[in-house]
Amino acid sequence: MKTKEVGRPLDRVDGCLKVTGQARYTAEIPVGQVAYGVLVRSTIAKGRIVAYDTKAAEQAPGVLAVITHENAPKRHPTKEFDPSDKEPSASPTTLLVLNTDEVSWHGQPVAVVVAETLDQAEHAAALVRVSYAEAEPARLSLVAEKPRAFVPEKVLNEKPEVKQGNAEEALAAAPFKIDYTYTTPPYSHNAIEAHNTLAYWEGEDQLIVYDSTQYIFGVRKMLSEMFALSEENVRVVSAFVGGAFGSKGRAWPHVGLTAMAAKVVGRPVKVDLPRKDMFYMVGPRTPSEQRVALGADAEGRLQAVIHTGTTASSTSNTFAEHFSFVTRHLYASANILIQQKLVRLDMVPNTFMRAPGEGIGTFALESAMDELAYALRLDPIELRLRNEPGKDPTMHVPFSSRHLKECFAQGAEKFGWNQRNPEPRSQREGPWLIGQGVASAFYPANKRSAEVKVHISIDDTVVLQSATHEMGTGTATVQAQNAADQLGLPVGKVRFEYGDSLLPKANGSFGSTTTITVGGAVELACEDLKRQLLRLAVKHPSSPLHEASYDDLEARDNGLFYKDHPTQGETYAAILAREGKDSLEAQASFPAFLKEKLEEMAYSFHSFGAQFCEVRVHEDTGEVLVSRWVGVYDCGTILNEKTARSQFLGSVTMGIGMALWEETKWDLRDGRIPNSSLSEYHVPVAVGLPRIEVHALSIPDPHTPLGAHGAGEIAVTGAAAAIANAVYHATGKRIRNLPITPDKLL
Amino acid sequence: MRAFTYTRAADTSAALGAAIQNPEAKFIGGGTNLVDLMREEVERPNEVIDINRLPLSQIEELPDGGLRLGALARNSHTANHLLVRQRYPVLTQAILSAASPQLRNLATNAGNLLQRTRCYYFYDITAPCNKRQPGSGCAAIGGFNRIHAILGTSEQCIATHPSDMAVALAALDATVQVQSANGQHSIPIEAFHRLPGDTPEQDTNLGHDELITAIDLPATPFATSSLYLKVRDRPSFAFALVSVAAVLKVADSQIKNVRLALGGVAHKPWRAHAAEEILTGAQPTAEIFRRAAEAELQAAIGYEHNAFKIELAKRTIVRALTTLTERHLA
Repeated sequence: MKTKEVGRPLDRVDGCLKVTGQARYTAEIPVGQVAYGVLVRSTIAKGRIVAYDTKAAEQAPGVLAVITHENAPKRHPTKEFDPSDKEPSASPTTLLVLNTDEVSWHGQPVAVVVAETLDQAEHAAALVRVSYAEAEPARLSLVAEKPRAFVPEKVLNEKPEVKQGNAEEALAAAPFKIDYTYTTPPYSHNAIEAHNTLAYWEGEDQLIVYDSTQYIFGVRKMLSEMFALSEENVRVVSAFVGGAFGSKGRAWPHVGLTAMAAKVVGRPVKVDLPRKDMFYMVGPRTPSEQRVALGADAEGRLQAVIHTGTTASSTSNTFAEHFSFVTRHLYASANILIQQKLVRLDMVPNTFMRAPGEGIGTFALESAMDELAYALRLDPIELRLRNEPGKDPTMHVPFSSRHLKECFAQGAEKFGWNQRNPEPRSQREGPWLIGQGVASAFYPANKRSAEVKVHISIDDTVVLQSATHEMGTGTATVQAQNAADQLGLPVGKVRFEYGDSLLPKANGSFGSTTTITVGGAVELACEDLKRQLLRLAVKHPSSPLHEASYDDLEARDNGLFYKDHPTQGETYAAILAREGKDSLEAQASFPAFLKEKLEEMAYSFHSFGAQFCEVRVHEDTGEVLVSRWVGVYDCGTILNEKTARSQFLGSVTMGIGMALWEETKWDLRDGRIPNSSLSEYHVPVAVGLPRIEVHALSIPDPHTPLGAHGAGEIAVTGAAAAIANAVYHATGKRIRNLPITPDKLL
Repeated sequence: MRAFTYTRAADTSAALGAAIQNPEAKFIGGGTNLVDLMREEVERPNEVIDINRLPLSQIEELPDGGLRLGALARNSHTANHLLVRQRYPVLTQAILSAASPQLRNLATNAGNLLQRTRCYYFYDITAPCNKRQPGSGCAAIGGFNRIHAILGTSEQCIATHPSDMAVALAALDATVQVQSANGQHSIPIEAFHRLPGDTPEQDTNLGHDELITAIDLPATPFATSSLYLKVRDRPSFAFALVSVAAVLKVADSQIKNVRLALGGVAHKPWRAHAAEEILTGAQPTAEIFRRAAEAELQAAIGYEHNAFKIELAKRTIVRALTTLTERHLA
């Protein structure tokens, strides 16, 4: 394929709609007669609801319904999201709130108040009184629960343990070693657009739901199970999503409750979570405690790699965040020990947050690599290069594409790494201590499934359809570029329709899988369309393509032309006109061929990167400023330089937030989240960010569609470690527990 | 939010009259804090009296060379006023270190003094809080208290006053001009805010039927050498862990005049008299700075998560004084 559009830094196709306010997000969908729902949060973490006093709320002005577990219509339990299912439900939990008197976390919805206006609903919700019985204390601390930690059945779809050789013995025997514990706190999701849902019923059994989701078909599946409807009777629409980052891959309790409330009041109901509910009703990234022990010989070759630890899930979900995945694939060693344990806490079910697993796993592993480099008195980049594996160290298959060395080489040059004096606390400017740090980035390049329909009209207009999602990542833009090249048309001719379950099915947009998956389906659908067009042409002796076979041709200039005869060929319009057709369409599923499924097992598919940063630490106050950033990423062909760059910038920003500022605080007495607001939960702010310089190698992966990988998460990974490593270099103080706040450096 | 009546006051006496008539009413200026509190149902006035049309937005020079900051002058206007920038840089720096440009454009000077604590538990109506509901207890003392006070606390309350501006005003010996039905009087800034004691529900000594009309800054020529140093968890849009407003005059290697106030450490802007006493007349050395800081923090009490503030406050005092001294030498 000739690429004219792919790779170009095309402005996003929806950019103008967004900046002029014309892009409609879920909360802005105009639906008549809409009523507003507000959820009442429990104020205990564990126990039972004994009684409600809803009188005052029911009598408050504008109130249409006060729904509690005592009067809620029956719903059916739903299956928890399970990544091994072919089409998993988006349900975060098996627990059905408001179907039970049980309270499983602080902030669990215990009532829904529906009123004519939002203000009326908010006020009435504050009048609902709930009394509780607390039989036993809530379990709220990962550290306290560690004695009860268990090895879960699986970690995503992988085994929780990997044992190769004898890592503990090899560690004991290694001449150079480090062995430390690293902790990460819970982090809360705070996309600009809070989660919201608008639902209404047509007749008894047709449910229409507008939802800010990154997983339309998962929401549909959950709702169809919950209300015992056939999946076709549930329509889920999600046109624009104002940031998702994993949080909208699950349908949190408000989704089902909105649909239920709409049934109760017989009108459309909208629930737009207030910011506080984002902390209490949307799952956080788990806290973690991780041990990394590394043993090396005098040359820095890893003799032992141990990565074990504990994360938390709730009492009503099973997600063990896969912090250990990075260690399964990043460095070579004959002796590897990996084990993940899980504790159950009385908390809101935990979930994915941008680069789940690798985000926190790389903090531990890449901090530990830096510590080992100091123990060896070896440059930390050199240590990593000496442990580059020939093939995947635990899967024992080749990498589909791995260019970590090139990332370090390019990054070191751009950053000026080689001028760095490795001695800690060796640079200062006034009261500011200066340090530089480096870390590897690592993230899988997985695929999911998607169907795409492509429709071409005689005026060369192309419409792509797939129920995938646009949550600000640029999917609609890059897939238009992809289709334009597949069909040899200008990108302006292509429109992408997405975000509606009436469109061809697509999997959830998470795990950096959308680009490859939807891209692969677009490629297959376009190929099918071109073959159909060719079949129409070859029938006719008058067609210049009469004798052609598909492989002789290429798509360009709005038609099919011989590769070796620049002018010989026929436009799509001419082919369609001869047939008296106005249009033609094709549909394809990805992955389609056995070849792709076999490749899946024959290679290790991952993205890589090198993160470089400089920090300034105030010697008196412990304040940390990141003053410089260079990231170089290896994630296949870049489909759009501009949207990919935005993904890298956003990811590094989240990585900096994770390292320095963000932390969800749990009051261990009752599960309350004291800092459940944007003034006290510190997300990144522009003034705290340096100029972030990012580069992509853009080397195609020979084994993926378009040679691409996803680009949405790789640049989160390694970021926190690079900062912690730079802080050590600046101050001589190693911080192993995030976030790195001033008090830890006093 | 509870339903409320909206009243727009045409002049000061109408505003005061409305407040006298309704003990549950609240004045509203920029509303940047009050509206939040009403949405959370922490404040539940049945009437808000909008005073934004009162003619209290001027910033004007006083005959003695001081400045009068109108109660309704916006924080951003005050911070960027030429005479404030020239004569009281510490005040400009303090205001600009707070909140965000959008909030500062709305927030008024009087409202800044009257903003309420950002204690997490005060904001959560399901938690006990003696300040919000006297006698209900303090959830912060045994809870999460990283942002809480280390000086002047009581068993009832360990909340801090959140303002940056007020810390600078404390160092500048400002006075608060107050109008009541009985006439005009003034309250020195140090006597304006209260320590929690047994009445943490009372943040200030301003009566319900009193209205701030202005904040006066006395002529302080040496305030041109002043500094606001704010240490926080995030470099913007975060309240101070500890802040220091410092005004320093050094001549002939001797500290002629010094004013120090701390933010983020107490229920009110904390004027550091003990430290000032040690410093006045002394040679400006690192040792004396540290000794003064130690003296000021001698009575400090740390709780589970905020004990680090004691050392942080000392270091921040030393850093502020060192920076100003270096400027003198340069």
